[in-house]
Order: sequence, then structure tokens, then C-alpha cells
Amino acid sequence: MDSTKPTTETTEPDMPDAPAIDPTRRSLLKGAAAVASVAGTQAITGFPLIWAQDIKNIELRHVGVSYSVVKAIGDQASKDLGFKVTMQNLDTSAAINRFVTQPNSVDIADVEGWQSKLATKRGVLQGIEVKKIKEFDNILPIFTKGEIGGKTVSRQGISPYEAMYIAKKDATELHEGVTDWATFLPQVYNADSIGYRPDLIKREITEWKELINPEFKGKAAILDVPAIGIMDAALCFESAGEIKYGNKGNMTKSEIDFTINRLIELKKQGHFRATWTTFDQSVQLMAAGEVVIQSMWSPAVAAVRVKGMPCIYAPVNLKGGKEGYRGWCNGMALMKHLNGKKLDAAYEYLNWYLSGWQGGFVARYGYYSPVPSTAKKFLTANEWDYWYEGKPAKETILDPYGVAMEKAGAKRDGGSFLDRVTNISCWNTLMDEAQYMNKRWNDFKAA
Amino acid sequence: MTDRNRKTGWFFAAPLVVVLIPFFIATIAVVLIASFLEHDGFGGMIASFTLENYADLLRSDLTWKLYLSMVKFSVLTWIGTLVIGFWVAYFLVFHVRNPLLSIGLFLLGTVPFWTSNIIRMISWIPLLGKEGLINSTLRATGVIDEPLEFLLFSDFAVVVAYVHQLTIFMIVPIFNSMARIDKRTIEAALDAGATRSEIMRWIVVPLSKSGIALGSIFVLSMVMGDFFVVKVMSGGGSASIVSALFEDIAVLQYPPAAANAVVLLIVVVVVISLILRTVDVRKEITR
Repeated sequence: MDSTKPTTETTEPDMPDAPAIDPTRRSLLKGAAAVASVAGTQAITGFPLIWAQDIKNIELRHVGVSYSVVKAIGDQASKDLGFKVTMQNLDTSAAINRFVTQPNSVDIADVEGWQSKLATKRGVLQGIEVKKIKEFDNILPIFTKGEIGGKTVSRQGISPYEAMYIAKKDATELHEGVTDWATFLPQVYNADSIGYRPDLIKREITEWKELINPEFKGKAAILDVPAIGIMDAALCFESAGEIKYGNKGNMTKSEIDFTINRLIELKKQGHFRATWTTFDQSVQLMAAGEVVIQSMWSPAVAAVRVKGMPCIYAPVNLKGGKEGYRGWCNGMALMKHLNGKKLDAAYEYLNWYLSGWQGGFVARYGYYSPVPSTAKKFLTANEWDYWYEGKPAKETILDPYGVAMEKAGAKRDGGSFLDRVTNISCWNTLMDEAQYMNKRWNDFKAA
Repeated sequence: MTDRNRKTGWFFAAPLVVVLIPFFIATIAVVLIASFLEHDGFGGMIASFTLENYADLLRSDLTWKLYLSMVKFSVLTWIGTLVIGFWVAYFLVFHVRNPLLSIGLFLLGTVPFWTSNIIRMISWIPLLGKEGLINSTLRATGVIDEPLEFLLFSDFAVVVAYVHQLTIFMIVPIFNSMARIDKRTIEAALDAGATRSEIMRWIVVPLSKSGIALGSIFVLSMVMGDFFVVKVMSGGGSASIVSALFEDIAVLQYPPAAANAVVLLIVVVVVISLILRTVDVRKEITR
């Protein structure tokens, strides 16, 4: 299944008039590299003018999940960069399967930390040369150093930092500690929590254990993607004081057994009305009144509110070693087959991605950019204050497509950016015991 | 058979062979081989030979539970589609006198099937939900106080969706075989004093057998291979063989998934060959 043959598709763009342009470009690259080694981070700039003719034919395929790989962003990139960027969406599992089994059909793989670990092991990626990323030093240290505001970021699950570095360009093992080669470049992330209906639950929810509170029997739902759902379940049981995990993100077999057995028990008692797998399902469950509380994503909560239904995204700040948000982060990885002009274009694209337009775009549906300093330039002061600072909106808040989603005076649930990310207690994961966990998760499903 | 005849025979079969070898035989061979390989837990397959994947699968309670639930859904869906499909076909063939009208009604019956499977399934949700049409109507008329929760995200909902999706696959072959029944046979039976139920038992059902068998094959193989309807309509509360297999693939555990697929394939083949034993479809079709 590990096909390493390059397809004709990947070499095609390099073919036409390559000999004529190449020498110029090469020497220029050398020049740029020389400058880069002197100037450090200020790497590739300026040459789009010279190879503008040449890059027209390049097409980059950025492949990943729909909430991370967005057509509007690709369209804008194509416009700004002068070559074509095509966005292709797959669900989480189809995406990782495609990266691993058909690596040549993808140029930029959009991966989460745990997927980056898998893809690196399979040797389908090439390291990203950190020096060539202009904004690399401005990327929040959550990702690059594993800390924020001087505090270490939780390493339960697979944190982006943990999955970020490899020792050399073609290494197949992750490397602990900062190096010059990144497996993936963080591009969008958020902190997930619980959503609930405040009109039906007339008190504030701030703890995960409420999700398994018998009060909500038959009106609760949980996320059915094993790698993520198990974390939500673990947060619940830990919050209820039923168990203390060594590492929620990498459980032992007996911890997995405990967690799944409890889930099965709850299911048999009729606690869960349903489980959900897609964004839309979670919105429907809540909006149709099927459930009053469920693990949920921030934009899904917003989508329920747009339907005129009150819904709150529970602030589950860390309390005495319990609670906290479940963090996730998607990043862009370069596939191994990229070379020559296409690779240059890919670096151009990565640099464009972190230059702010995308950060502004995703902020408008509640996700964050790893380089908030550039995103800020693409947000109004009102938007910045609302989305990042957690302050009340001074005027109507519009979504990325210009639809009004919050009235003036509204305040973002969970508070400011820092409030949220410093309260992340674990990340989406792929456990060492993944196969066993999966099997037990299926037991829960079939129970 | 002469030599020349044999050659033309191969010539006619060639297009099918060209399609079957890469798209059927080769693909199944790949799955079969993968099912005997070891894996490293990170999507890598190790060239070796092991029966571990099958042993794990057959030793697991989960597998038996999933096959049991598959049998449950298959039987319920089969009964539902058969009862509805048979009577719809019967009505169209024997009660609608005008053959043109009968064909027209038949085509009209296929109209819902011009929309996507998924749409037809999803559209049950607003109907069956807690605050859906059925529950709100029943509550408004005072029949019930609390919403009936079994309507949605339950086995009931799964069977409803299956029956809705698959009945057409029963209607078509049964309609086809009933339409071939010579009406004079029935007239003769009536003249000889047969009752309606005798006609049904001795003429209509036996002569529709091939249609029923074909329809059953369609319906059963589709239910056994499905995971999406189970997933959505049970609200994730039930799993199927294919959904378990899908979860394996999601974390790149290809060999266990392949073993699972091979076992499922064998089960489906056995079920279909049992159905085919009850009726010689080939003979019936060319009748």
C-alpha cells in the first residue's frame, strides 16, 4: 500500500519551459537561501514576480476535514498567490487513509497532531524547513514550545507541540524538543467543551460531570469519534471523581475498560439519547430538542443560536486538576513527493496562510489562528475584542459570509482567548492501545 | 460445441471478464491477502502470514453481537419489504385492469426513489423526533403526555428507514414475475371453484417465487452491507459489522478490517446461495 511511485500528475507542472526558467530561479533560490541564512527568519520573499509565468500552471491540492480546509480560503489564496489552490474535503478517517495509501494524490495534508504522528511514521511527509516560514517566530508558543504565558501546556493526548518536530527532513520518528524541521504547521485550533440549553437547564454548567448527571437522563449526547469521544468521556468520569487517569490521552487497558464499561452502563440506563459524528448532527440534536446537553464544538453552538434557540458553550475551566477543555489543532503538512517549483509554491502557500487573511476568516466562526498578531490586521476592533478578548460586542457580529450571528452586547462564552487556551487540559489523541480502545468503543456502540 | 463456437463464446464473455478481473477478482484478492498480514498499529502491514486477525475476530463477543444484530435487522427488514412489496406488486398486476395504467402507477411508485437514499432517510427524523410531527400530533390530541422516545434513535427507526429505502427492490422483481403469470390460469382456477386464498397459495405465490427470491437477495445483501442507516437512525446507539470495520480503517488497522470483510463476504455468499437453492432463478427468468 506504500506506493512511492510518483504519478505523472505530480511531475506535469514542472515540465513546460522548465529549462528556460530554471537556472534563473535556482540562482535566485540560492541567493534567497544565502540571505535567509544571514537574516534568519526573513526567508523567501519577492520572487513571485519573476516566476509568475511559471507558477500559473501549478495546482496545490490541500486536503482535509471541512472545518479546517475551507474553499473560501483556497479561493482567496489562489487570488493572492497567482497559482491555483484546490481545497478537497474528506472526513477525518478518510483523510488519514488517503494520506497514507495515496500520498501522491495530495500536496498539502491537513492533519491533527495525532494524524501527523501517524503520517510521519508512515514516511509520507517531508519536514517543513522552519527557517522558510516567515511568521514562525510569531506562532504562539503553545505550538512551538509547548507553553503559553510561561505555563506548560498540557501534554495529555497528543499536543500539537509533541507532534510538531522531527530531527531531520525525512525522519520518521517524532523528536522531543525544538528542531529546524516541523512535521506540520499549525493553522487552526480551538478548545472544545459542552453545549447546553440554558432555557431547559436553569443553572450554569461548568463541569464535565454534568454530562453524565442522572438529571439529564435520555437528554444527553456524546461525540462518537473514538479518538475524541473517549476523551470527552474521560473528562466526565474524572470530573465526577470516579477515576483518576495517569494520562487521559494515553490510557492503560484497565483505564480503557473502566471508561467503556461506565459508558455501557450509562447507555443501558438510557442516559444517552444519541451519539453524533458530524457537526450538523450535533446542531440538529440540540435544535430539535432531542438533547439538552452534549459534548459540542463552539461553531455548532453558534449555529444552534442562529436557529433562534438559546444555547451556551460551557466554560469548563480547570479546577483542582480536573475539568478543562479538550484542545484540537489542525496543521498543514507537506507531502514527500513535493519538489522543485511545486515545493516552492507550497512554502509560498504556507506563508500566505499564516499572513492573516485566513486567521481573520476563521476567527469569525470562533476558531483561532496560531499567529493572532497577523489575524488581528484582518479583523475590526470590534471583532477582535469579541472573538479574542472576550469583551461584549459593540455592534452586530457577522459570520465569515456576512450573516449576522450575534447582537451588540453579546459576549463570547468561555471568555477571552487566553482564558480558553490556558484551560486546555487534554488534546485529541491516538493512544498506544488504539486498537484495543477501538474495539471497546465498538462494544459501547453495540451494547 | 465446436471450436468456432467456443471462440465466439469467449469473445462474447470477454468484456465481462475484462471488467470482473480488475474490479472484482483483483480487489477481493487484495483484501484476502491483507487479512492474513500482521500490522504495526500505525497503518503499516508486515509481509507475513498469520491467522491472528481471524482468531481475534471470531473470539470476540463483539463480532457475535454484531452478527446477531445484523440478523435482527435483516429479518425485520425482509419481512417489512416483502409484505409491502408483495401486495403493491399484486395490486398493480391483478387489480389494475389497464396495463398502461399499471405500468404508469408502477413508475409513479419509483418517484421517491429518484431522490437520494440519504435524503429519504434523514426526512424521517423531523417526523419521528421527540418534538417531531408524530409526537406533537399525538400530544396535541391528548393520546400521550410524554413523547414516545422509541420512535427515533432506536431499532424501530432503523427498520423503518430500511423498509422505506429497500421496498422498491422487492416490488420490481415481484412485479416482473407476477406480470408473467398467465391470467387464464387464474380464470381456470376460478372456474374450477378455487377460493381466493387457494389461488394465492397454489398459483400466485409459487409463480412469484423467483421475484421474491431476487428481491430478497437485493434487500438482504444491502442490509448486511450497510452501516450508514444504522448509524444515523439509531443515533449511534447500534453498530453493524460494517461500522465496526469502518472504525478499524479509521485508525489504519487494515488487516483486522480485511479479515472482518472476508468473513462478512462469506456470510453474504452463504445466505444468497441458500436463497438461490430454493428457486432456480435462471430458469424462472428465461421462462
